[in-house]
Amino acid sequence: MIIALLSDIHGNLEALQACLKHATESRAGRYAFLGDLVGYGADPQKVVDIVARYASEGAVIVRGNHDEALARTPRYMNDSVRAVINWTREKLSKDAKDFLASLPLCVREDEMCFVHASAASPERWDYIDSPSAARRSIDAAQATYTFCGHVHDQTLYFLAAGGKASVFSPLQGKEIPVGRHRRWLAIVGSVGQPRDNNPAAAYTQFDTAHERITFYRVPYDHLAAAEKIRDAGLPLSIAHRVEKGI
Amino acid sequence: MNPGERTVDRYLTGSELDGFRLGEHIHTGAMGEIFRVTGRDTGFPMIMKLPRSGRGASQEGLLGFETESLVLPALTGPHVPRFVAAGSLARTPYLVTEWVEGESLEQLLKRSPLPPVEAARLGAALADAVHSLHLQDVIHLDLKPDNAIVKPDGRLALIDFGLAYHAHFPDLLAEERRFTAGSAPYISPEQVLGTRADPRSDIFALGVVLYEMATGELPFGVPSTLGGLRDRLWRDPVPPRVRETAVPPWLQEVILRCLEPNAEDRYQSAAHVAFDLRNPDQVVLTDRSSRFNESGLMEQVQRWWRARGMHSLPRRLPRSQVAAAPIIMVAVDTTHPDDQRQPALQRATAQMLSLSGEFRLICVSVIRGARVAEGAGVSEAASEEHREHIVRLLHWVEPLRLPPRRLSLHVLESASPEQALLEFARSNHVDLIVLGAPSPEQVRLAWWRSVASGVTANARCSVYVVRIPEPGDT
Repeated sequence: MIIALLSDIHGNLEALQACLKHATESRAGRYAFLGDLVGYGADPQKVVDIVARYASEGAVIVRGNHDEALARTPRYMNDSVRAVINWTREKLSKDAKDFLASLPLCVREDEMCFVHASAASPERWDYIDSPSAARRSIDAAQATYTFCGHVHDQTLYFLAAGGKASVFSPLQGKEIPVGRHRRWLAIVGSVGQPRDNNPAAAYTQFDTAHERITFYRVPYDHLAAAEKIRDAGLPLSIAHRVEKGI
Repeated sequence: MNPGERTVDRYLTGSELDGFRLGEHIHTGAMGEIFRVTGRDTGFPMIMKLPRSGRGASQEGLLGFETESLVLPALTGPHVPRFVAAGSLARTPYLVTEWVEGESLEQLLKRSPLPPVEAARLGAALADAVHSLHLQDVIHLDLKPDNAIVKPDGRLALIDFGLAYHAHFPDLLAEERRFTAGSAPYISPEQVLGTRADPRSDIFALGVVLYEMATGELPFGVPSTLGGLRDRLWRDPVPPRVRETAVPPWLQEVILRCLEPNAEDRYQSAAHVAFDLRNPDQVVLTDRSSRFNESGLMEQVQRWWRARGMHSLPRRLPRSQVAAAPIIMVAVDTTHPDDQRQPALQRATAQMLSLSGEFRLICVSVIRGARVAEGAGVSEAASEEHREHIVRLLHWVEPLRLPPRRLSLHVLESASPEQALLEFARSNHVDLIVLGAPSPEQVRLAWWRSVASGVTANARCSVYVVRIPEPGDT
């Protein structure tokens, strides 16, 4: 079965729709949303509605730090992010907020672990930004495959002999064999706010039967999404990031 | 029982695994065991590789097996064994592939030194195989005569991908510095330093194999220490012609260019090596070809000093690296040198060349080859005509002011220009064909019309058809 892994949607409806269409066309049989449904983008309510519908059909959903910030804005967030969080709080229905607050931090299923940040301590929102951070997460996940987001660049880590983690920057659209004899951690990329100078939405597919993972980039109308952010009166810097993929 | 032979102990000739029946046990290697197998109707003979497991299994052997299991199924073409099946590495690891019929270069080398023509032919076939891998974003990294099988059709297949690098997949060996990076006599300087992502490493190994074929000796011996391996970062090999006087200057030029310690100074694409080996008269000779000594002590010391600071280059896909050194072929109609379309073809060619650095431009003219008759008088007249067209080609290309090493001129004789161009492009790994569209008058001539459209339709590479718009055409 093909599982579509989507993370860091950040309220970007256009990017989400493009990725879901791409996943449907590639016959994805399951969906996992790895947190940060909101924050930055202009369509938090519509995004939460879509994801909640997938949840009711059995999709895996975990909570991200931006989802959590709706309940209590943490101190580490900068002014423009705070502005978006406050705006999002006003725009979201109570049901949507309850839905986000009810999400688990980490879901383990068979040989897979789904988490927004690190499985080592999901509530601390540590970034997987090094092989050693990846290794800590893989060790804590107790799973063959760990899927996460939070870091926006698509990355594949794997444990080498001796327990050291190695890092690989995947090419888009190329199937990578990820055999069960090793342990893997995939950062699936950001749907709604890629930051590698490529505005195309990012998501990943895992083919459980063939033990293969494929990282995708999906072009979408990012200029329209940026325009909506401006129209909503949100910080211009955020619209600019979506426009340029930075 | 030797503890290292557990695999053999478990799987014996006659036993079955996943529907494959194990036949003759044919090899015990560092990675494990190899059996002939039957059990699937593939139409070709098959072998099964089984990694050594349990006690006595080396980590290196297992990683090599895993790497091969990753890379081989992703490869296609006549230069690799066909993949049949693989078992799960978690449960029953095995790999079933085609058994490539033929003789290994190692066996052929028993007769070395080989005559230069023979060494060049085999070297070109090896370069073809290497180029085919590079175009698939794979670097072999363990090229040696043992791993090259000459097939009955003259093509060459590469086997053993236990050290290979595939740019699309995580590199399992990247951080395994404690393991050997290749076979000591053939390994490139940058591999000694830990680089695994440079296709030019295969070109170095190709140079070592060529050297061995041409002289019967290894250019750097068989070093057994890291210090000994590092010598090739700065030391020159003894020029091939010193070891074997039959080696012609052009072959020494090709071999020593492959063996340049700095990858930038080597051929940038195996296709260029194959081209030179097949067209000796087009090899531009530099001081490499006439070297009878290793470089002076001072120069070697300077290189040694530079080598101390050598490090890995930034990562680029093998295919993009090779694509930066394209072979561009322009079809020039030397029978009509004053045709108004010639300048347009020149401009288009210059434009294409300006886009790439390490190109090789092949200028080809096809003349009607009606004279296949025997007899000295006829062939003299033919070669006279041949020379005349070469001169016209040279005149045509002169305004582009290309250094000789970038250029190659060929007059082909054929009754079918289309077939001649297509065949020449295919066998020389041409990346782009530039040719003129037929002029309005020529459109009437069926054979001319077929050249441009036939080449465009049947070429295996890109084709740039240059057309001059009619005045007033809208």
